[in-house]
Amino acid sequence: MIIPLPVFVAVPLVTAFFLPLLGDKRRFGATILANIATGVLLVAAIATIGQSGVYQVGKWPIPLGINLVMDGLSGLVILAVSVVGFAAMLFSAGYMERYTAKPKYLSLFLLMVAGMNGVVLSGDMFNLFVFLEVASIASYALVGFGCEHEELEASFKYMVLGSVASMFILFGIGLVYGNTGSLNMAYASRSIAETGLTRGLVFALGLFVAGFGLKAALIPFHAWLPDAHSSAPAPISAMLSGVLIKTLGVYAITRVVFNVFGISIQLGWVLLVLGVLSMVAGGFLAIGQADIKRLMAYSSISQLGYVVMGIGLGGLIIAQGGSTAWASLAILGGLFHLINHAVYKSLLFLTSGSVEISTGTRQMDRMGGLGKVLPITRATCTIASASIAGVPPFSGFWSKLILVIAAVGAGYIWLGAIIVFVAVLTLIMYLKVQRYVFLGELPENLSGVEERRGSMTCAMVVLAYLCVLMGLLLLVPDLKAAVLDPAVDVLVNGISYSSRIISMP
Amino acid sequence: MLYAMCFFLFVIGLYCALVKKNMVKIVIGIMIMEYAVDLFLIMLGYRAGGVAPIVGKDEFDAVSGMVKSSFINASVDPLPQALVLTAIVISLGSLSLMISICIRTYEKYGTFDITEIRRLKG
Repeated sequence: MIIPLPVFVAVPLVTAFFLPLLGDKRRFGATILANIATGVLLVAAIATIGQSGVYQVGKWPIPLGINLVMDGLSGLVILAVSVVGFAAMLFSAGYMERYTAKPKYLSLFLLMVAGMNGVVLSGDMFNLFVFLEVASIASYALVGFGCEHEELEASFKYMVLGSVASMFILFGIGLVYGNTGSLNMAYASRSIAETGLTRGLVFALGLFVAGFGLKAALIPFHAWLPDAHSSAPAPISAMLSGVLIKTLGVYAITRVVFNVFGISIQLGWVLLVLGVLSMVAGGFLAIGQADIKRLMAYSSISQLGYVVMGIGLGGLIIAQGGSTAWASLAILGGLFHLINHAVYKSLLFLTSGSVEISTGTRQMDRMGGLGKVLPITRATCTIASASIAGVPPFSGFWSKLILVIAAVGAGYIWLGAIIVFVAVLTLIMYLKVQRYVFLGELPENLSGVEERRGSMTCAMVVLAYLCVLMGLLLLVPDLKAAVLDPAVDVLVNGISYSSRIISMP
Repeated sequence: MLYAMCFFLFVIGLYCALVKKNMVKIVIGIMIMEYAVDLFLIMLGYRAGGVAPIVGKDEFDAVSGMVKSSFINASVDPLPQALVLTAIVISLGSLSLMISICIRTYEKYGTFDITEIRRLKG
């Protein structure tokens, strides 16, 4: 069955419009409606696996009109957004009961999902910017949703840096239009291939790296992430860390660098160095944290470093004319880590939300022994921790293994050593979480704590099962050929993207 | 030269957004950046002595039935204007959200000075 591409944007957008009309009194109905919307998106995303095509909005032929493009890479990221969105929405049903104005929250949540799906599907630079702003503005509002001191402060910080990033991106888009005469990615890419990189385009590329780097919170641009991700409500932290920084940051920069500008040796090194810096510095910053959500937020920076490093390494090998096999293995590792991280990091944030709602604190030194009173949270958190630390046979192990093999195989042995070292750092930080939160003696003031059952535990269990089963995506050849390989091909083939889009019906 | 001034305006806005201590001034800085980019986009489509890109009956070539190339070469590029309109609407949305967050923060902390609004550390 062919799913028309605008469904991915229209369903959440239309639902988001109707939810605030229901008002706070009918919050149960609003919750059901929002969950149905994310459920529909999940079904649509699974049904589109393997589909590729171009949708011309309003039947305007490209390059005159806006086009939506579905290819392997878009399909992979849409799948991650839908899975995490579904689980976080299910979790919100229980978690957000203590907030007022729940329908408005659900509406903003769906706006953010619509924006992310739009970014991933857009085949047009300016359209990408518009959807990026839709997702960003919704996320600024969601970070400050609680309207308490910390939330407002974090939201303002996030909004200032996010707006600066958006302006960089818009400036870059203007430069691309001025130098190529087209906003359509395929036509701009064809024009760049003919003229080569002019000075204006190099400047635009610098602006894109800074702008999308800020959105992705890579290490020199990371200042907003720990505040925003730890202050937001738990399901929103899961969405932000799980998918938002990936779609607005990593996906957008890979699309622009690989498919529009074409990868070069310098760009490969830039991505590689940004990735390695984020991995190492994020890991060290995470270990010292006492706040459970801050620790997880810093570890997001570190894990995102793996993704950017893998993709950068693959690009570097391609640009140097090295073996395509190692290059596609590195990119496969990066992309597989992207979806793995989406699942286990959102699960970790959901468990932190479950701990926070039960104990009322995020400080790990005030907890302990919670494993006895929160059994499901403890079990799912252990699975996610094992997964993120790379313990076999959980999903994180396979992506890290591929990255190490690719780095060593391509002759970057030092890189393989760094990957293993950061994996050990990750293991230490999550052992710390287990030790402080779930093991040891239960403090007296927490002795009456109970686990909230229902939709919250349900969402966590779904994601925990996925964490265990994700390895199959790599190990079963059919699944790998359907989900991961098309995405790798899009990046390995680079700027032949433009001829494929132009020739597509 | 005009492009350089545009970039200069952008840098002024960036400086203001990153260095100023007052929340409202930071918001103003971001808006200056926004206007610099809008100005840049408008200038991309500008032509000295250009005409409005509205095709009347006289502009069609009698033989081929297409719009005359002389008209295309003289008219202003309308696309950046559409982009700027969209960008202005988006910036209105983010500006109103930013200002409302400033107001809520002022209600909580009683100050606009970001050096005093520091509960988040680490």
